[in-house]
Amino acid sequence: MTDSPFLIVLFAIVGGALRVSTPFMFVALGECLTEKSGRVNLGLEGTLVLGAMTAYATSYHTGSPWLGVLAAGCAGVFLGGIHGYVCKLPKVNDIAIGIAMMLFGTGLAFFFGKSYIQPSAPRLGSFSLGEWTGNPQIATALEVNGLLIVGVLVAVVMAWAFANTKWGLIVRMTGDSAPAARAMGVSVDLVRFLATAAGGFLAGVGGAFLSLYYPGSWNQGLSSGQGLMAVALVIFARWKPLQCVVAALLFGAAGAIGPALQSVGITQGYYFFNAAPYILTLLIMIASAGSKQAMRDVPGELSIIK
Amino acid sequence: MANISEPLSPAFIGAAAVRGDLLVRIRRGAEYVAIPVFALVVSSVLFSVFLLALGKSPVEFFELVHRGGFGTAFSIQNTLQRSAPLILTALAVAVPARIGLIMIGGEGALVLGGFAAAVVAIPLVRGHVPPPITLIVMAAMGTFAGALWVGLAGYLRHARGVNETISSLLLTYIGIAIMNFFVEGPLRDLTNPNKPSTMPIGDAYMVGKMPGTDVHWGLATGIVLAIVLYVLLSRTTFGFAVRITGGNPRAALAQGLPVGKLIVLCCMLAGACAGLAGFFEVAAIQGRANASLAAGYGFTGILVAFLARHNPLAIIPVAILFGGIVASGGLVQRRMDLPDATVLVLQGLTFVVLLVSETLYGRFKIFQVSGTADRT
Repeated sequence: MTDSPFLIVLFAIVGGALRVSTPFMFVALGECLTEKSGRVNLGLEGTLVLGAMTAYATSYHTGSPWLGVLAAGCAGVFLGGIHGYVCKLPKVNDIAIGIAMMLFGTGLAFFFGKSYIQPSAPRLGSFSLGEWTGNPQIATALEVNGLLIVGVLVAVVMAWAFANTKWGLIVRMTGDSAPAARAMGVSVDLVRFLATAAGGFLAGVGGAFLSLYYPGSWNQGLSSGQGLMAVALVIFARWKPLQCVVAALLFGAAGAIGPALQSVGITQGYYFFNAAPYILTLLIMIASAGSKQAMRDVPGELSIIK
Repeated sequence: MANISEPLSPAFIGAAAVRGDLLVRIRRGAEYVAIPVFALVVSSVLFSVFLLALGKSPVEFFELVHRGGFGTAFSIQNTLQRSAPLILTALAVAVPARIGLIMIGGEGALVLGGFAAAVVAIPLVRGHVPPPITLIVMAAMGTFAGALWVGLAGYLRHARGVNETISSLLLTYIGIAIMNFFVEGPLRDLTNPNKPSTMPIGDAYMVGKMPGTDVHWGLATGIVLAIVLYVLLSRTTFGFAVRITGGNPRAALAQGLPVGKLIVLCCMLAGACAGLAGFFEVAAIQGRANASLAAGYGFTGILVAFLARHNPLAIIPVAILFGGIVASGGLVQRRMDLPDATVLVLQGLTFVVLLVSETLYGRFKIFQVSGTADRT
C-alpha cells in the first residue's frame, strides 16, 4: 500500500505540514496576541531568526535544547520589548519600526551566529503520531515534536482567555478602542507593551523550533520570510488563535509540497515549489484583505489593513 | 494609511513657503537635518557601546570605516560605485512614501530588473546587435520588470486593500525565487560550473565608466533621477496631487484626484528606479544575472530613504555615506575579526534609533516658527 508514490507524497506532505507548520503557528499566535492589542509587529521575522540562533547557541553551550527554547523566548521578549516600548512614543510608526526590527534582529543573529554554523548542538526529541498503524514509513513521516503540541495548547488557552477572562477582555478592548480602554482606567501603553513582548516570546520559540528540530541546524538561510508570512497569515485567520493553527497547517503543507515531490524523484520546478508559500500568502492576502468579514473582525485600532 | 510622508524640505512647508520668508524656511528645514544627524550620532554611540562590550575598539572601527570608505581615491570610487544602486533603491522607497505607502520591495525589483536585462541581452548579444542598442533594450526591460513588480504591489494596495509593506516583501521573495528557478534551470549557462548564472553579456556589451573615474554610469543616472524626481514631486501638479493623496487620501478623493492611478504610477516609478539599479548591477558590475544580485542593496536603500526623510535630493549624500559603510565592510571584517553581519547590526540599530527620533519633531523651540505649528 505504501509503495504507491501518491501515498508517499501524501504522507510526506502531511508529515511535512506538521513539521513545517510549527514555526508558522508560534509566530502567528504571537502576532495574533500583539495585533489583538491594537499594534502591528512586522519585525517577527527578525525575532524568528534571532530566536533560532539563540536557541542553537544555548543548546550548544548548556547541552539542553529546552533551555535553548527558553532562551529563544527571552530573545523574543527583548526584541518585542523594544518594539513595544518605542511604539508608545508619539509619531513613531509601528510598521516602520517593524521593518527596522526585522533588520536589527537578523543582523544580531547573523553577527553572533557566525561561530555556530559549524558545531552541532543537541536537538529536541520527537515522537510519532503514526505508531499505531504499525507501518514504519508512516510512523517516520508523522514524527512530531513536543513544541507542536505546546503550540496547539497555547492556541486553545489563548482562544479561551480572549473569550472568558478579564485579561483577555482588557487586551481586546485595548485593541478595539484605546479611548474606551483609557476610560476604564486601563493603561493602553502597558497592555500593548506586554502583548508585544509576549508575542515576541512566542515568535522566539518558533525560531527555536527551526534551529533545534526542523530543519535542525543554524545557518543564515534558515528563515526566509516565514516570520513575515505568519504575520500575513493572522489576517487570514481573522485574529482567532484556533484559526491561526489551521492556517499554519495549511502553510506547512504548502511548504512541504516541494520536498515531498523531491522525495519521490520529482525535482522539476523545485524553485517554483519553494516559492509556493509566498505565492499562497499573497493570494490569501488578496482574497482576505479587503473582504467584509475581515473588516468586521479586525481590531479597531489596527493600522495594517486600513 | 500610514502617515510617513510628512513634508520633507523647506520647499514643502506650505505656510512658510507662502510667506516666502527665507529665514523661516531655513529654521524649519534645519529640524529635518538636525534630528536625523542626531539620530546618526546616537546610533554610533550605541554601536560603540556594543563594540566595547565585545572587547573591540570603536575608534578602530570608525577609523577603518573612514579609511575603507572615504580614505583614498580608490576607496572613494568604490564607495561611489556602491552608492549608485543605493540611490536608486532608496528612490524606490521614497517615491511611494510620498503618497503614503511603505513599500519595501526594492530588493525584488532590483533582482528581477537585473534578471530581465540579462535575459533580453542573450539573443541580442548572439545576434551581434550593436552594444548601444542592446544596452538601451536591456535598460528598458530592467526598468519595465521593476516597474511591473512594485506597480503590482501598488495596484493590490489600491484595488484590494492588501497591505503594501507585506505584499512588496513577499513579492521580493517571489522575484528572487523566479530568478533562481530560471538561472538554475532553463536559462543556466552550462559552461559556467561554479555558480548558476545566465549567459554572460560579454565585455564589449558592458556599461562603461564615467570619464576620468572608475565609477560606472549608474551613479550619474541615479543622481540625475533623484533631481528629476525631486522636481517632479515638489514642483509639478503631479507632485502636488501625490502629496495631497499621501497626506489625506480621503481629501484627495473628494478633490476628484485619480487616487488609484497616482498610487500605481508612483509605485511603478519606484519599481523602475530599482529595476534600473538591477540593470546597472548586471551591465556594469556582474556581467550576468545570478544570486549575487540579491546583495541587500534593496534593504539598505530602505534605511537610506528613511534617513533622507524621503527627500530625493537628500538621498544622494545619505546613499554615499552608506555606500562607504558597505564598501568598508570587507576591511573591517579582516582587520577587526568581526563577522560580515556587523554592518547589518549597525544598519538595524541606526534604523531603530532613527525611527525613534521621529518623536522629537516639534519638541525643540528653536526650530518652531509661530504659525507653522506641527501638523500631526
